[in-house]
Amino acid sequence: MTAEHVAFAILAVLTIGGGISVAFSARVIYAAFSLLFTFIGVAGMYVLLAADFLAVAQVIIYVGGILVLILFGVMLTQRIYDVRLKAQRIQPVVGGIAAAAVLALLVIVIFGTEWNAVVPGDPEPTTEVLGHGFMKEFVFPFEFASIVLLIALVGAALIARRNDNGDGSSERKKANRETGGRLT
Amino acid sequence: MIPLNAYLIVSAILFSLGVVSLLTRRNAVAVLMGVELMLNAANLNFVAFARFSTTPIDGQMFAIFSIVMAAAEVAVALALVLNIYRHIGTIDVDEADTLRG
Repeated sequence: MTAEHVAFAILAVLTIGGGISVAFSARVIYAAFSLLFTFIGVAGMYVLLAADFLAVAQVIIYVGGILVLILFGVMLTQRIYDVRLKAQRIQPVVGGIAAAAVLALLVIVIFGTEWNAVVPGDPEPTTEVLGHGFMKEFVFPFEFASIVLLIALVGAALIARRNDNGDGSSERKKANRETGGRLT
Repeated sequence: MIPLNAYLIVSAILFSLGVVSLLTRRNAVAVLMGVELMLNAANLNFVAFARFSTTPIDGQMFAIFSIVMAAAEVAVALALVLNIYRHIGTIDVDEADTLRG
């Protein structure tokens, strides 16, 4: 029982406990906040797996970006304290059975396969190697990902924009503004 | 040393919880959270396999690109959810059935 085992146990409890709360808590705002524990736990597991850059990126992007976006989504789309959305119908039974089947399948595969795992070496800093990878053999996916991000974020801003005059064409808005017409 | 299977089991449980959230939640944002759980489980698998392989960087590279795609996905999805809320006043996914034939 080394310190690594203790750290892994704590992180596993944090990750899975957060996941259970995400899946089962009655209020969606609690689910959003418990997503934080899952993200932190996964980041800690990245540290145990010697992926230091990825752990920091996980905290910055997931906790600092995605979680904040999700919290905004929750808060903008409902009155927080009167929403209790538990599925009332047959969905919990079917969904639970499906998820249990997925879990059983994964566990069978995990224990039934020879993974050819090599014994890992000592942890080394990965940032420099990742940077060389981004600028050399992965340079095309890197640039492509930046374009995808740009398009997705501009598109998201466009979709989420309040569309006051129905069709949203900028010429019409401009014409309305020039003639002093009200946007309806 | 933590064995590879321990990480894989944690990841499998996380994925199953994501499936539960995806299938049973009726709030669209909660469904999105289920998707995020599944993405995190997949990333954890990538990094775990990379650690126990001979080329440890490739898996981390995939995980980074997957995180980038998750960020783009959640931004677009939340924009859509906001628009649905504005149009029909709720984000219960059972209510958004305008296209049902």
